Amino acid sequence: MQPVIELLVANHPGVMARITNLFSRRAFNLEGILCGPIGDGRESRIFLQVTEDDRLPRVLKELNGLHDVLGVMLRYDVPAGVFDPRRVGEMKMAS
Amino acid sequence: MKRTGAQIIAHLLTRQGVPFVSGIPGGANLPLYDALGAEGLPHVLARHEQGAGFIAQGAARATGRLGVCLATSGPGATNLVTALADAKADSVPVLAITGQVARPLIGTDAFQEVDTFGLTLPITKHNWLVRRAADLLDVLPEAMALAVSGRPGPVLIDVPRDVQLEAAEFERWPEPAQPAPKKPCDPAGVERFAAMLAAAERPILYIGGGVVASGASEQLTALARASSIPVVSTLMGLGAFPADDPLWLGMIGMHGTPAANRAMTEADLVVALGVRFDDRATGRLQAFCPEASVVHVDVDATEIDKLRAACLGLTADVGLVLDDLLPLVATRHRPIWRARVADLKARGSYPAPGADPARPQDLIGILGASLPEDAIVTTDVGQHQMFAAQHYPVRRPRGLLTSGGLGTMGFGLPAAIGAALACPGRQVVCVSGDGSILMNIQELATLAELDLPVTVVVLQNGGLGLVRQQQDLLFGGRYTASNFLRQPDLAAIARGFGLSAANLGASDDPLGLLAETLAGHRPSLLVAPVDQAEGVYPMVLPGAANHEMIEDRNHAACH
Repeated sequence: MQPVIELLVANHPGVMARITNLFSRRAFNLEGILCGPIGDGRESRIFLQVTEDDRLPRVLKELNGLHDVLGVMLRYDVPAGVFDPRRVGEMKMAS
Repeated sequence: MKRTGAQIIAHLLTRQGVPFVSGIPGGANLPLYDALGAEGLPHVLARHEQGAGFIAQGAARATGRLGVCLATSGPGATNLVTALADAKADSVPVLAITGQVARPLIGTDAFQEVDTFGLTLPITKHNWLVRRAADLLDVLPEAMALAVSGRPGPVLIDVPRDVQLEAAEFERWPEPAQPAPKKPCDPAGVERFAAMLAAAERPILYIGGGVVASGASEQLTALARASSIPVVSTLMGLGAFPADDPLWLGMIGMHGTPAANRAMTEADLVVALGVRFDDRATGRLQAFCPEASVVHVDVDATEIDKLRAACLGLTADVGLVLDDLLPLVATRHRPIWRARVADLKARGSYPAPGADPARPQDLIGILGASLPEDAIVTTDVGQHQMFAAQHYPVRRPRGLLTSGGLGTMGFGLPAAIGAALACPGRQVVCVSGDGSILMNIQELATLAELDLPVTVVVLQNGGLGLVRQQQDLLFGGRYTASNFLRQPDLAAIARGFGLSAANLGASDDPLGLLAETLAGHRPSLLVAPVDQAEGVYPMVLPGAANHEMIEDRNHAACH
């Protein structure tokens, strides 16, 4: 399965910009994003679908270094389907 | 109690013991300025926000403590950007507080509105857009702690005008900001470090700004001497190891000593302390000490294995690691390696500077011999900077303040002002060039107003010297846009700002004039005309390996 980075972040405005900035600056491909607040809304969980890359360990380290990032985990058990944008498209049509 | 956002900022800065803030007021930060005045926190009025940023940096670099600068919204904030990027590149603890348009106007393209948060996101350690005055009680201590914790760096707080005016009710003031405890190293790592050192035949210490930031100069010197390990340094590490020690080989990299660059290629163990394997230091990375194992100690985990895989990577404070390591290090004499190092040093040091003030190398040497041990030298960026790095004997950590990572022309003068403010009683000299000095010349007004003992020495070679040198070597000597066609009278300009100023080239006794000016301990500027043909050598061309140094201009013909 494709690598997925799971992040626990402080739910501050701009936190997504910090993370995407880190990827875009390094021209590191970000294929899918799934994000939402958890608990009382002070934290969010983010899933980033990425591609296998030699630089992946370094990206994990840099994500860990961001002040608003509270936890980083690399997972290989997330089905690609959860990032499939067509799912939401179909939901819309059904409603 | 009830305080406005502006009052909260002013009080928390003062309580933290921030000695002064530098900045420029404007529409969107006037409430803050009003509160600062009421609180009595000393303020230094710069004449351009980039100057304010570098004044804060000069104070922070000279002391290791937090520097604080202020700017208004829009152009005030964009003018700060270069100084913040510079602080990020060299890991300097700076707090910038910017005014922002009032909350209802954010996102409407209001007058002097710019997305300061977005602009500074990639060039700060962290930044905040504060949306409620009460949030400042958390954000300000957090920001002040973060800037000086771990690997230091710049932080920015953007505060909308109406948040500065909003009143917040709270029970008590937050605890003062404390830097996070220094990161120690696990004992197993230190033991392995000691074992690798014991097994090495030809170890070398490659040191950088992290040693200075950690305050680990003493431990470093003890380690080098106990185990007979030669020391090379990056630009940012100069001053951390005594330059008169036989183990000192000098700076490595693009304009380093041949001795340092050659010794690196011969070492079997490179002990990298507080360095980041920057391209100016390593040359072509694949050819950088290819035979050596690397022990890399850095407080920032992202630096380990970033550019060069380490056999042993320790994410920890350099000083704490050396504290733990020293008891495990046996005395070693390494006679063969030391003899080799002495030989490299005898054949591969910079030529000793002479006494001709029209030669830039000599002028730096004269300054080095004239200035007291505790003097602080700042530089701008260019040939004069490299001459200073090569020939000024930096006698203590934080004795040379220079823009290393970002290489910002215009750094030197405001940084000198900040250093002089933060270190009263110490002499400060800014070594600049006739290109660089014009990039923040307006700060001469600030200097004159503050009446600080800062002498600016402008090495005037009539152009952008380092650019011209690269055009010489890489572009067939075609000097596109690197020569000045008219030379402004910098001494007259300085006098216009209220400094005492003179031109060494017009004097019968330039050395006497220099000595007299330095002894004056007042704002002064000296123009030193230098030979345009002097280049900075040796030099490693971009993309070449460090051992492929060009020793002088005549040897460059084949490139």
